[in-house]
Amino acid sequence: MVEIRMHGRGGQGAVIACKILAAALFIEGKFAQSFPAFGVERRGAPVQAFTRIDEKPIHLRTEIYEPDHLVVLDPTLLQTIDVTSGLKEGGKILINSPFAADQFDLPDRFVVRTIDASRIAVENHLGSKSHPIVNTAILGAFSRFMDDIVGIDAIEQAIKESVPVHPEENAAAARAAFDQFEM
Amino acid sequence: MEQIMNETMSKYFNPETTASIKVMEGTHAASQAVKLARVKVISAYPITPQTSIVEKLSELCASGEIDAEFIKVESEHSAMASVVGAESAGVRSFTATSSQGLALMHEILHWAAGARLPIVMVNVNRALAPAWNIWVEQTDSLAQRDTGWIQFYCESNQEVLDMVLQAYRLAEQVMLPVMINLDAFFLSHTSEPVALPKQELVDQFLPPYNPKYKMELEGGHAFGGLAMPDSYMELRYKMQKSMEEAERLIPIVAEEYDHIIGRHHGTFLENYRVADADYLLMTSGTISGTSRIVVDSYREKGIKLGMIKVRTFRPFPTKAIREAVKNAKKVGVIDRNISFGQSGIFFSEAKAALYNAEHRPLMNGYVAGLGGRDVTPETISEIVDHLIASEKGQDLIWIGVKK
Repeated sequence: MVEIRMHGRGGQGAVIACKILAAALFIEGKFAQSFPAFGVERRGAPVQAFTRIDEKPIHLRTEIYEPDHLVVLDPTLLQTIDVTSGLKEGGKILINSPFAADQFDLPDRFVVRTIDASRIAVENHLGSKSHPIVNTAILGAFSRFMDDIVGIDAIEQAIKESVPVHPEENAAAARAAFDQFEM
Repeated sequence: MEQIMNETMSKYFNPETTASIKVMEGTHAASQAVKLARVKVISAYPITPQTSIVEKLSELCASGEIDAEFIKVESEHSAMASVVGAESAGVRSFTATSSQGLALMHEILHWAAGARLPIVMVNVNRALAPAWNIWVEQTDSLAQRDTGWIQFYCESNQEVLDMVLQAYRLAEQVMLPVMINLDAFFLSHTSEPVALPKQELVDQFLPPYNPKYKMELEGGHAFGGLAMPDSYMELRYKMQKSMEEAERLIPIVAEEYDHIIGRHHGTFLENYRVADADYLLMTSGTISGTSRIVVDSYREKGIKLGMIKVRTFRPFPTKAIREAVKNAKKVGVIDRNISFGQSGIFFSEAKAALYNAEHRPLMNGYVAGLGGRDVTPETISEIVDHLIASEKGQDLIWIGVKK
């Protein structure tokens, strides 16, 4: 079983991103379970969402405390909460940031990469410059970074089928982030 | 979010009977079941975490995908009163609620059952205020124990969908209402693959509702009249007889569903690695899923642990529990609920069920996970270790309370 934890702020779309990820995994024939950290989320407040992935039905029904990998939609969260809490040795961390991964002072035992999902979102007319909707762009980069987990075609298909507003723009943002991501 | 069934999926979902498989939340699994059941009247008041059930249903009604009347109301008391009215007129109806909303319905819950109306309601188990808490706990539905409603508890989103359909089939045969319970967030807001059965197969399983007596312009019957002391008791006797009939029919309905749709979740209980177990956990809801993993890990260590997942609370599965524990040395009941001044509620019911049994294992009652506190494999292992070490049964053991 692989467990992913996504950190974002209310309104950035972390919960929906985990749902789309589950749908994409399912398209590829895997079992997936996605759920939000059950809080009373407000716009701008730190939120978490989770996805579990397995080859067989998933019976475990708890929050995720020791994830395999992390996605961080807002880099300022790294300064305010313990984002890497419980992250397994060798875990991958994908951060939405215009800066290089070495700008973040994270332990060597993790593999850190960044993608400028905010810029890609704005370029694809998703949200505004001050409040870009970054969740679909980050999934494109996720698919490239963690290519053994999910493919970009499934991500695109899941976005087109489940995003009610601007599905084409969202799918294009995911594809752009996939193309621009640097391993 | 649809996909063509591949090999992995077809092992777990019956391709012959499935229209599509979608990744969906537990609330939407409930809404889709209501659509498949061809419900004609829906009335509900939104409350977290039930809201998305009603939201989806109102969308489906507005788009014409469900041919039903959606009655907007100002409270849960009115929601239940509306479906009482609809069912009295012989129309299949649905409502859903949670926590305070269910508590507000309490008076009409008695009416629905006493009037012998086969209403189906989904309740998302949520803790009661104060303090305000929107997370999972079963005290809301268990507090409705004596209203005459049949109660089921679910472990997965698929089980929610399947049990809503089975609930109508059962309710309309025994003329008692049914409540389907699912855990707040751990099911209600968790997305996972759910198979939607083909409509024509659901129609075959669940024929149109056509009650013997209903409010209609021609014919004429009296409803809700006065019953003097010389007749009231007989009405109550008949309700109990119908509950006993429900006990007879629950396995039959499950078999019919399996025969037509190709899925079976167990009847009163689902026994997991029980036959040769020395130690048994008794659970309900999503704690059962996590317990499966704990059972497997103890088995790997050579410890004979098993799990009884309780699916029905009313009628209470007395016979099934006696049979399931007959070879066990110790039973630990995990309750995500509390009856103040007594113990966990499943525990006290199970203990009472075993008093007149031939074999009475040592029994411990554990209260855990109130107000949505997570019950992890570690929490359950703590319970198992305590159970194995116990020399005398204890009615109330609190797990994870901060000092």
